[in-house]
Amino acid sequence: MSQTIVAPTAEDPVPTTVQPPPNLSRRLRAGMTSSPAYMGVILVVLFLFFTIMRPDTFASLFNLRNIFLDAATLMILATGMTYVMIAGGFDLSIGSVLVFAGVCGAKTMEAMGTNTVFTLVAGLAVSLLAGGAWGLFNGFCISRLRVSALITTLGSMGAALGMAYLVTGGNDVRTVPKMLMTIGHGTVFGVPWLVVITTVVAIVAGVVLHMTKFGRHTFLVGSNPEAARRAGINVQRHVLLLYGLSGLLAGLAAMLSLGRFSTTTLEGHGTDPLEAVTAVVLGGTSLYGGSGSIIGTVVGVFIPAVLANGFIIMGVQPFWQMVVIGFVVIAAVYVDQLKRQSRDRV
Amino acid sequence: MQPPPADTASSASVAPGPVAVLEARGIVKRFGHVEALRGVDFEAHAGEVTALIGDNGAGKSTLVKILSGVYQATAGNILLDGCNVTFNSPSDAHALGIETVYQDLSVAPDLTPSANMFMGRELVLPGLLGKFGFLDNARMRRESAEAFQRLKVSLKDIDMPIASLSGGQRQSVAICRSIMWAKQVVFMDEPTAALGVVQTRRTLELVRRICDTGVAVVLISHNMRDVLEVADTIEVLRLGRRIARLRNNNISIQDLVGAMTGALDSTADEQVTA
Repeated sequence: MSQTIVAPTAEDPVPTTVQPPPNLSRRLRAGMTSSPAYMGVILVVLFLFFTIMRPDTFASLFNLRNIFLDAATLMILATGMTYVMIAGGFDLSIGSVLVFAGVCGAKTMEAMGTNTVFTLVAGLAVSLLAGGAWGLFNGFCISRLRVSALITTLGSMGAALGMAYLVTGGNDVRTVPKMLMTIGHGTVFGVPWLVVITTVVAIVAGVVLHMTKFGRHTFLVGSNPEAARRAGINVQRHVLLLYGLSGLLAGLAAMLSLGRFSTTTLEGHGTDPLEAVTAVVLGGTSLYGGSGSIIGTVVGVFIPAVLANGFIIMGVQPFWQMVVIGFVVIAAVYVDQLKRQSRDRV
Repeated sequence: MQPPPADTASSASVAPGPVAVLEARGIVKRFGHVEALRGVDFEAHAGEVTALIGDNGAGKSTLVKILSGVYQATAGNILLDGCNVTFNSPSDAHALGIETVYQDLSVAPDLTPSANMFMGRELVLPGLLGKFGFLDNARMRRESAEAFQRLKVSLKDIDMPIASLSGGQRQSVAICRSIMWAKQVVFMDEPTAALGVVQTRRTLELVRRICDTGVAVVLISHNMRDVLEVADTIEVLRLGRRIARLRNNNISIQDLVGAMTGALDSTADEQVTA
């Protein structure tokens, strides 16, 4: 074995460059090529298209309000899903957890038989508790027992719905306090309460995700859990909390759904988790974790909603929306994979 | 127990004093019936690169894990600046200024260099916002940029995810991070294992620059050329014991291999090439 240490022929010096200040135009360009930006443009184009085609019906205040109302509960579920998916997880149980939490909340308020703010608060508390408990159960199985997220939440999806049927005997609870229905149908300055609540939740979630330590740890855990653990981040606890948060938000969505439909809608939430995943993925959150945003999820919630509504108003069979969104989701994930490949091939 | 502050750069060029920054005496580690370390001695001095070499199974990784708090020794003492210390977890070692760079890149590829530099040690804003955990991104970015500049690491773009950097640059970020927090000792476990030729060279230059800042660098490597290029002192482990401590002058790869395999013990009949 020879020991000739060859002197580097092409010495490439390491320049002592001062790091440039954040370049605005470059940041702007990076922002413009991100998935939420592309999808945002698509959303605006769709919106303009339907507005031009049907200016009186599509762009009417009544119709826009409907679009927002339809999107409200899904947005809250998708917010929790965004956190979970950025951390590299998955939550199939949120639809069933919503139903279970709604049943618990409705039964509580029914048993109280009153119609006061206190009734409402009690119902909300029970609903949040029920949702949060399922979320923590999921988080415990996933982070401590190391059962895969897909299987854990598939299991609790069935179990939570089954328990909801057991509690109700298979019949929807339809006695909802009037005050909750006021929130479900009422408005503040012309904006429905549901939309106000959802907007607040989305803004708080976005701020926490992008500006705080909790949010930063969510990204780190999704990007490289082993590195996060080595850096002293309590990964298990963080994952537990994220699933808890997802369940908690499902509990909140349950109350909003109760207020809007005045029934526990046992059968109505089977596809909720899939719609939430669709929205999150359309919004540019990676299936592999580590990247994503709440604003992207907002866009991802509205694209299917606007498309479905627009098709109905145009007289196109709304089933086309399912077809279109199905293929768009596949395309979105494909593009995400291409990006990752080109990025990791350094 | 709080150790005194690390040596400054000015004292780094001075020949190491008699007291090592980090010293291990008679470390024994048993896993069940297997005795991985059988009374290892080890020392690392400030401003020096100490290479730790040995054949597979010699106990390098076990020793480093004990000295960085991942494992606890069955017997023996660890001294930091001459005082006895015990590490019950890696965070104990972190708190005393001991950091580790792992061979598999310990970075989050989707996040920016500065987010990686402050991973797990994020700075928050002063006042009420900080209490709620709001991050001081501007300050973290500035301090990261300063650290990169100090160690002459130039990154293509400090605001893009690490994934867009080359493997060598990613490793540079991981190394800079450990330097930023290491006040006493940095362990580098095969830092060049995943890198190409140019990147390896850059990383080795970085290793030299790091020890010029006055910390003690411990380099674990299989690559004898790397070791001879950067190390001041070479500690050789074999079968759970330190069998040689060599100053790096006029020694050859053959000497190192001989020490590692026991060929220098006269009657060894096997010779492994590095």
